[in-house]
Amino acid sequence: MKNPIITLEGVVKRFGNNVVVKNMNLEIGQGEFLTLLGPSGCGKTTTLRMIAGFEEASEGIIKVEGERVEDKEPFQRNVNTVFQNYALFPHMTVFNNIAYGLTIKKVPKAEINERVTEMLKMVQMEPYAKRKPDELSGGQKQRVAIARALVNRPKVLLLDEPLGALDLKLRKQMQIELKRLQKKLGITFIYVTHDQEEALTMSDRIAIMHDGVLEQLGSPTEIYEYPKTKFVAGFIGESNIFDGKVTAVDGNLLTVETEAGSLQVCGEGFAVGEEMHVSIRPEYLEASTSPVVGFSLEGKIKDFIYQGSVVKTAIDLTNGMEVKYSRFEQDQTVSEGQKVYVSWKPEKAVAIKKFEQGAV
Amino acid sequence: MNSTGQAAMPKKKNLLPKLAMAGPVSLWMILFVTIPLLYIIVISFMSRGVFGDVAYKPTLESYQTILDPTYFQVILKSLKAAGITTLLCILIGYPFAYIIARKPKDVAAKMITLLMIPFWTNSLMRLNAWLLLFQTSGPVNNFLMHTGLVSKPISFIYTDSLVMVGLITNMLPFAVLPLYSTIEKLERSLLEASADLGANARTTFMKITLPITFPGIFSAIILVFIPSLGIYTVTDMLGGGKVLYIGNIIKNQFGSIRNWPLGAALSVLLILVTMLLIFIYTRFAKIEDMEVV
Amino acid sequence: MALTRREKKEKRINILSNIYAFLVYAVLYIPVAVMMAFSFNNQRYNYYWNGFTTQWYAKLFSNSALISSLWYSIIIAILSTIISVCIGTIGALGLKKYEFKGKKAINNMLYIPIIVPEIVLAVALLIIFMKVGLSLGMGSILIGHCTFCIPYAVVTIKGRISGDNDTLEEASMDLGANRIQTFLRVTLPTIFPGVMSAAFLSFTLSFDDVVMSNMLSGARQSTLPVLILSMNKSGITPDVNALTTIMVLVIVTAMILNSIIQRSLKKKKG
Repeated sequence: MKNPIITLEGVVKRFGNNVVVKNMNLEIGQGEFLTLLGPSGCGKTTTLRMIAGFEEASEGIIKVEGERVEDKEPFQRNVNTVFQNYALFPHMTVFNNIAYGLTIKKVPKAEINERVTEMLKMVQMEPYAKRKPDELSGGQKQRVAIARALVNRPKVLLLDEPLGALDLKLRKQMQIELKRLQKKLGITFIYVTHDQEEALTMSDRIAIMHDGVLEQLGSPTEIYEYPKTKFVAGFIGESNIFDGKVTAVDGNLLTVETEAGSLQVCGEGFAVGEEMHVSIRPEYLEASTSPVVGFSLEGKIKDFIYQGSVVKTAIDLTNGMEVKYSRFEQDQTVSEGQKVYVSWKPEKAVAIKKFEQGAV
Repeated sequence: MNSTGQAAMPKKKNLLPKLAMAGPVSLWMILFVTIPLLYIIVISFMSRGVFGDVAYKPTLESYQTILDPTYFQVILKSLKAAGITTLLCILIGYPFAYIIARKPKDVAAKMITLLMIPFWTNSLMRLNAWLLLFQTSGPVNNFLMHTGLVSKPISFIYTDSLVMVGLITNMLPFAVLPLYSTIEKLERSLLEASADLGANARTTFMKITLPITFPGIFSAIILVFIPSLGIYTVTDMLGGGKVLYIGNIIKNQFGSIRNWPLGAALSVLLILVTMLLIFIYTRFAKIEDMEVV
Repeated sequence: MALTRREKKEKRINILSNIYAFLVYAVLYIPVAVMMAFSFNNQRYNYYWNGFTTQWYAKLFSNSALISSLWYSIIIAILSTIISVCIGTIGALGLKKYEFKGKKAINNMLYIPIIVPEIVLAVALLIIFMKVGLSLGMGSILIGHCTFCIPYAVVTIKGRISGDNDTLEEASMDLGANRIQTFLRVTLPTIFPGVMSAAFLSFTLSFDDVVMSNMLSGARQSTLPVLILSMNKSGITPDVNALTTIMVLVIVTAMILNSIIQRSLKKKKG
């Protein structure tokens, strides 16, 4: 990447014997919206906190605009953070909260007034300037927290699950507002969340973390369509994952033997005898009453759950594995309790290499 | 590796704020609590010098003196007085705390303030007031004589009973406050659930309220019993030199009598009693949860 | 409207419990009332009631021993409060924020002065002061008072440090404030109520202390409580009652004023 604004090289973070972030390498571009996504405890927040300067990296290099910052205190770094619980100063008004960073930097009063007012306008909080944080709603606090960070015109804005405390409807609305704001200002956003839907809708790129390891880095489409690891396949959207061994390779068509039976998948770079995973989304699964060539997965349909136009169900395979299956409501080829043969178009499934740590 | 060296540097930098913040309080506690208390244990095993100073010759003499009947009587008497004070403070304080805890929040806050106001009056002057009230020609005796209930004044003062009145009235808030804070936290729904499941008020109290508020009761025991055991102002003010507790004996060893090793040994005894109670307390509650203020 | 049987019962319990509470308060307030009443007693020593007078309120100001011990107590209380609150505030934050070896031991040590009988600590300090040759006086009393005020201050303030505190400090540093700016602009204002109640508590504890002061004051100057204790043998004169009455009234007035100000501030905000 050319002139990345943030660079992590071989960053490791240990708390005692516990390694929370393992050998993290990441470059983030100017004006990019990058999301660190993963389940709780995956090291995403720790990574963010190392960039902000609240935690020190145990090993590795962190650069902001090409300059190393490991030794710098948070107040010496030109990045600002929007905290999970907003962290608004309870004893200050909204105005003074937003003015805080500028006051510290001894910006002239007139300029502070002007910049804070401009920010208040931007986040539509002008009428609330004189309120204290405990007189605001969650969404309003959120706007103040964002304004307080942005008024300093940081190079990078770090957001730690900023919408986590809001209710669903407000969250959706704030997602759109945040994305719009980011595009308008052209500031780099590093966004931490455990909500994959949020990550998929907002991000330019997503970095998926698991157990301190960066599992996959890519655009939302790449991540969704071509998961590179078993974890990513299982974490993003709904997936059925089979563990197996390649028994035949015919061009890019692989035949794989699993505990549940044999199946087919398209993939390149696999050799006969190699252990690997196959991921297939429930909507691509097909259940038929007669066997399909290349597949020997048999099972029994469990109960249906109607979700509007889509019907979800599970199929119990003969080895006890349960696969998720969804189809359109009007499509009534199979019924509850029926014995079925499971298959799919091989190009719809994803062949995944058996993951070795640090492979990415 | 280069990066390891880089990362190790800021660690040292962060030592300064840590030292500046936790240092003073730690140093103070070590210098003026731990060292003096350790030193007093040492002194308790030393002999008394000819001129009432400390002779650094190890001996168990002071501890043998404690077991001497005259001193041992005082210790037993102090334990008994502290025990009765504690019992009465809890018996009086529990219902009182319960009543406050069941009032609306703002009323309860006012009642707690009302409880504390007398304690902003000098404690010795409050004790002295009991003396004024009950002295030979004081208001109580006057009233009794006037109404003809007694023919000559009763000597209330300088008795164990009046000392007890002083102790209880001085210690009551220290029982009420921890009791109040545990009872206040007790959720009404628990009592309703108990009633719903068929328990009457008495059973609910014995099986639900009492066990849940037990940490508060034990806090009250510690906060009343231990100070009562060591107090000497109440006996000085209301006992007129006739009623002596451990506290008076210790004070006297460092005043007129000058037997520091004996005073030290008695202090060690108080420390041991305190540690025993705290040890029991920590078996079922955290010391940090004790409501001390 | 007629009450149901249950409502009647509840009402009866309510009345009984109010009577009980009243009786407890009565027992606690009787000594205060008696103390005040005898400040108006027209007698050299308070043996019996000898008619009403206000002379003691005028005469107490010419009792130089009483007045000088009062000032001594006030100065000591102010100094112990300042020292204890400074060390206590910084210490509470440090103990809450940082992990270090021996932190648990320090935390436990803080409970010793709160729980162990004061006489034990007083005696222990006396012995150690004698050993190192520190002469008794204001310095030794201050050390004694701070030794029990600091733990109370730490415990009080620690209880007021909210879980958000770390994040607020991080937010402040994130916005460019260094540690000292952060302490003055964010940390201190957020824990200020705790600091104030620690100060109030320290002042009260120091001002009313007898045991520590009596053991560590030396021969030159007594604090007010030590003077009262020593007067007890010969009899406490009514001018002391007068002084104590004035002090109570000052404190209660201050409290009432404070709550009125607080309330009006709140109203203004709402």
